[in-house]
Amino acid sequence: MPLVFIGIPLLAVILLNLGPRHWISKQAAFYTALVVAVLQMAFAVYVGLAVRGGSVSNIRFIEKLSIDLFSAVALFTIGLIALVSLLVSKDSLNNSKFSFFNLILLIITGMNGVVMVTDVFSLYVFVEAVSAASFVLIAINKQSGELEGAFKYYMLSAIATILMLSGIGLLFLCAGGTSFEAVSACVLAQSGQLSVGLIAAFILFTAGLLVKSGVVPFHTWVPDAYSAAPAPVSVLLSGIVTKISGVYVLIRVFRDVFLNNPAVGNVLFALGLLSVIIGALAAIGQDDLKRMLAYSSISQIGYIMLGVATGSPLGFIGAVFHFFNHATFKSLLFVDAAAIETQTGTRSMAHMGGLAKWMPVTGVSSIVAFLSTAGIPPLSGFWSKLLIVIAVWQVSAQLAIVALAASIFTLTYFLIMQKKVFFGNPTEETAQVQESGKEIVIAEVLLTAINVITGLLFPFLLIYLHSIGML
Amino acid sequence: MSLLLALFLISIVLLFAIGIYSLLVTTNLIRILVSIEILTKGVTLLMIAAGYATGKMIEAEAYVITIIVIEVVLLAIATGIVLGVYRDNGEIYTRGIKNLKG
Amino acid sequence: MNLTILLILLIGLVVSAVVCAMLSDLLKAAIALAITSAILSVIMFILGAPLAAVFELSVCAGMITVVFISACSMNRNRTKEEHAQRQKERNKRFIMLPAILFALTAILVMILRPYINDIAPALNTTGGGNVQMALWGDRQVDLLGQIVIILTGVYGVIVFFKEKEADSK
Repeated sequence: MPLVFIGIPLLAVILLNLGPRHWISKQAAFYTALVVAVLQMAFAVYVGLAVRGGSVSNIRFIEKLSIDLFSAVALFTIGLIALVSLLVSKDSLNNSKFSFFNLILLIITGMNGVVMVTDVFSLYVFVEAVSAASFVLIAINKQSGELEGAFKYYMLSAIATILMLSGIGLLFLCAGGTSFEAVSACVLAQSGQLSVGLIAAFILFTAGLLVKSGVVPFHTWVPDAYSAAPAPVSVLLSGIVTKISGVYVLIRVFRDVFLNNPAVGNVLFALGLLSVIIGALAAIGQDDLKRMLAYSSISQIGYIMLGVATGSPLGFIGAVFHFFNHATFKSLLFVDAAAIETQTGTRSMAHMGGLAKWMPVTGVSSIVAFLSTAGIPPLSGFWSKLLIVIAVWQVSAQLAIVALAASIFTLTYFLIMQKKVFFGNPTEETAQVQESGKEIVIAEVLLTAINVITGLLFPFLLIYLHSIGML
Repeated sequence: MSLLLALFLISIVLLFAIGIYSLLVTTNLIRILVSIEILTKGVTLLMIAAGYATGKMIEAEAYVITIIVIEVVLLAIATGIVLGVYRDNGEIYTRGIKNLKG
Repeated sequence: MNLTILLILLIGLVVSAVVCAMLSDLLKAAIALAITSAILSVIMFILGAPLAAVFELSVCAGMITVVFISACSMNRNRTKEEHAQRQKERNKRFIMLPAILFALTAILVMILRPYINDIAPALNTTGGGNVQMALWGDRQVDLLGQIVIILTGVYGVIVFFKEKEADSK
């Protein structure tokens, strides 16, 4: 069953490329990719219900690929964001559509692989697959800014890869193997005080991961890469790629390999807190819309790390759902940013104003998204932040207050953005715009609906989780 | 640990130092790729050394082969990016490219 | 398996890497990189990893060198005097490197000395070939990942190496 998630996108890529180029129209390729994304979401829900609790069996394929609750949620998110990205790509990306569809299928395959493997080295292989596809995607239009952003991303990603591989090499040296069981057995055997080799391995591996995920203090490449890329690629990157190849792997390694070791947890705590604060503060001063959103992402990923670092089931569930929620609300914001950019031709917020009159759907959806980001009830973002803050409170009350305070900063920068962009007086650029094409509108409505519905249904979800003993 | 393993670890650290130093000092985009290659050699040596020390040379070989394949593909993509930058700017020195900061 | 041979090879490896970093002519640097790969390949062969050694030699010492030399054409052409000038400038920037390397070696030797308790354990050279095949049965997931990466590389080449339509008109 897990092989399906890798097999189907791969099969789609092969099918799209079998015949000569003119056999397959752009429409056909678009719908193929769309179908794959929707299938992925459906399968993910099916598998998620079958797994039912995570403490019960994982679904395995020759003992090498496994899906548990977190994987199922991630798989669903991957399908969803890929779908959104495909919808956004209808209006932009004129020459390279065919390559884009193939690359998005390949990156889906890579991410599915990351989510399902049980071996540290295979993690490296699939994370590299995801990175390789993202380099090409960022630079797909071969504009000057994009190429430089892609190269900068490549440079830092290569350094991160070297760090990760050194960590894996040291793990191999200490544990004699690289599968999760082998390394966690080695960790268990040294219960209490970890050996120097293991600590060094963890530091190297985590440092590499942190660079890839854009966590403080390695976040310098994030704003450049996100803002330079074309619109559907930004949606994809910020919505899911950096989260999967960063936070997801970190959480997976922390839980399955290091088994919630408290010393390691403290490090994650500190880093998460730093990200939350610095991301929020940096976002306030930005003029470029996409860069502001990029810094806000850094802040939200910090929240996810906080939730996981507590080591408690409550924190974990909060982190998993904040993972999903961030994907939905941040992608919605990036879709709105893409719509604004296409229609007004600028990303500078100083030049925008009064858009609410002409782009009502975009305006409403961005209000919903920012309320969700700031954690206002009854939207989905409120619940996941609440769970995380409660989990942090159980560990340390002061830190919980800091996390809450950062939430207020979040509210601040989004209020500023809303006022500048949608309300206020129109400028020359915004005088003649109209609402975006229907695909983008569909994407916006879809994500808004998911945010609202998840928020309303969350209490039921909590009751369900309690009944199966996860909470 | 054995003397040989210690020698290996020393040379690996030296290779990393050379690669990182070269990466920080250079202004030529292709030099950056060369430095990354040197770092990759260091990691390959680490895998081999680990395989030797734990006696599991077979797995180590498999890892090394995979690493080599992946690195080559990524290098090809990076060269493609550099080619694109060259076509845009007419040169490949970072001094000439304003946006490449930090 | 002789310790001194390996020691000489390791020193050669580090030296050729330093040379590769310090040369200002990209062509010669690419050749130095190829020599580094060759030495690494020999080390791998001695340690009993013949398949990996062959891969390293053919791919890194071969293909990558070709890639770099072909990318050399993107450099500006320089005269002899400019060349010497650039080499001198480059040496100035790299003056710190040997010092750093020696310092690192000294620090590491001091740290690792108490831990050394063995000279070199014997190497069990099992048959290489059939065990490799058994291993690919074990590591199928990595093979899938490699396929994905190779396909991505193909698309990367298509995207980047294709002339822009406007340019070629």
